[in-house]
Amino acid sequence: MSILTRPRPEDLDGSSADDLALATDEGPRTTSRGARAAARAAASDEGFRTSSRRSRIFGGIALGVVVVGTLFPFWWMIRTAFSTNNAMFSDPLSLLPVEFTFGAFERVLGIATTSDALAEGGSGADINFGLYLLNSVIVCVLITVGQVVFSAAAAYAFGVLRWRGRDTVFAIFLVALLVPGIFTLLPNFILVKELGLLNTFIGIALPSIFMSPFVVFFLRQFFLGVNRSILEAAVIDGAGTWRIFYRIAAPLVAPQIVTIAILQFIFYWNDYLWPLLVGQSEDTKLLTVGLGIFKSQTPQGSPDWAGLMAGALLAAVPIFILVVIFGRRIVGSIQSSGVK
Amino acid sequence: MVATKPAARRSDLKSAMPARRSDFTSAKPARRSDFRSAMLFLIPAFIGFIAFFAWPTVRGVYLSFTEFNLLQPPEWIGFDNYVAIAGDPVFWNSLVVTSEYVLINIGVQTIAALVLAVLLQRFTRSMVVRGVVLLPYLIANVVVALVWFWLADYNLGLINSTLDAVGFDRVGFFGNEALAMPTIALINVWRHLGYTTLLIFAGLQAIPRDVYEAAEVDGAGEARTFFGITLPLLRPVLAFVLVITLVGAFQIFDTIAVTTGGGPVDATRAITYYIYERAFGRFDFGYASAMSVILMIILGAVALIQLRVLRANDSDLER
Repeated sequence: MSILTRPRPEDLDGSSADDLALATDEGPRTTSRGARAAARAAASDEGFRTSSRRSRIFGGIALGVVVVGTLFPFWWMIRTAFSTNNAMFSDPLSLLPVEFTFGAFERVLGIATTSDALAEGGSGADINFGLYLLNSVIVCVLITVGQVVFSAAAAYAFGVLRWRGRDTVFAIFLVALLVPGIFTLLPNFILVKELGLLNTFIGIALPSIFMSPFVVFFLRQFFLGVNRSILEAAVIDGAGTWRIFYRIAAPLVAPQIVTIAILQFIFYWNDYLWPLLVGQSEDTKLLTVGLGIFKSQTPQGSPDWAGLMAGALLAAVPIFILVVIFGRRIVGSIQSSGVK
Repeated sequence: MVATKPAARRSDLKSAMPARRSDFTSAKPARRSDFRSAMLFLIPAFIGFIAFFAWPTVRGVYLSFTEFNLLQPPEWIGFDNYVAIAGDPVFWNSLVVTSEYVLINIGVQTIAALVLAVLLQRFTRSMVVRGVVLLPYLIANVVVALVWFWLADYNLGLINSTLDAVGFDRVGFFGNEALAMPTIALINVWRHLGYTTLLIFAGLQAIPRDVYEAAEVDGAGEARTFFGITLPLLRPVLAFVLVITLVGAFQIFDTIAVTTGGGPVDATRAITYYIYERAFGRFDFGYASAMSVILMIILGAVALIQLRVLRANDSDLER
């Protein structure tokens, strides 16, 4: 489970430079901070122009190396996925697919016959990444929608509504941010088992579906910045709290809601340990879990590398697509999480 | 009800929104308390908080004092688990190899990210480059681990085939006790580099230009400027980055689970992986819970010490 190994976005401070004015509750100060940030950005542009020609060439080369080093493993994945296993033995250095074939994809999607699979160096074991892909989509959509909607409601209660004890309750809530994922893992597993929800989608989604402390924290900051007079006007118009929430306040922070939804979707898409524990049956296996099992299916001898890379590619492609569409937003959000 | 109001009303409201910027008044009108609606809005989040954060935390601590195999009810055994852990060489070894992982991973990653952030800051503003650099971080650990497992494969992998072609000996990256953990640490450097870089990059952007101008006037060279100005002013951001990457690194699991499975011998049996094995391999939930408690204490201590040492909250920059 990537909760364990990746620094979770859950742990980040979510204030965004782009949305500074929206993100803090200290109204007038934000203007000067925003202006200063803009001035700094402009100033650093100058720095960007004054580098000498020689150092620009050096910088270009260095960045080129980094970009190639980042992208090359992905290319190798693609190259391998379209290669024929047996042929790769003879030409392990070829930069292009060796004996181009869709065989690996047919194998991992379970549409190749067993004999074809064996002939191409597959394990012949039944593996159905099509199903795992579908499972992953179902579970991740379930979690993301539930978590973001419920967290937004909580963030609204903490950021917009006024009630006694609000800040105390919020502080208690934030303590959840400090509990490392590994710690709640075992008790949560026991709970899900007691509820009889092992090997169900609900069981996989349950611990995450009600809220994420980070998402509540992140969205609260933006709700705090919503122009109060608009909300007051709606109250005068007689709109109920719920109506104000979903017709006025939530649309105002829609960009942030979408951004956090994308990040959370990616996070759960990549999660491994929790689904490994809770979703072990064939019809609840997620992609990452299926990949781990597929890898261990050929313990001795040579694994089905082409098949493995084809499966890995299936797990990565949806993320590639999200990055292409929302890259700017994702980069901006992560970047801004570092500067408070 | 607002539903009876003409639609024009709402568009008036919208045009009245001053582009969502900061001119709202902080005057608090005397309003009825929203207590009841707030409670309704909070119901799902409360369920999640109590059932999946608060209760498991309490239960985890409780289980650490019991013997529990999932089948029979937990049996209270006091500090026995902790005593057993103190005498468990595999546990101590797991702390050692975890530390090895953390040191290599965080050390290399932080330095590389600093360099890369400076490069990004000075030479490009391209969003595409930043997106590319971030890409590995958005891909599953499992996928990243498998790709590198393949690249570093002894017989067919690109790295070994290249070494062989150039005349070097092949290297068993995952099969060699001394190399397995560093290999895993470096794979995760590859995955996290872009993420760490972006955080530091944002910190660099926030350093005012005039400080550098002053340094330039004083005739400070590149290196002097970096160590005398950039690094100290970056300290709060660095502290933040270090805390979250370190706490994450201590919980390394996925990469180990899909590549070495803790081997060779115990060379990559990191603490989380050992907890997982004790709980789900040997159904020793009490013992595993006790190790989780210890890990949580270690993580808390590490975070606290770092924040203290690096004085994360006070910047040298007057804001």
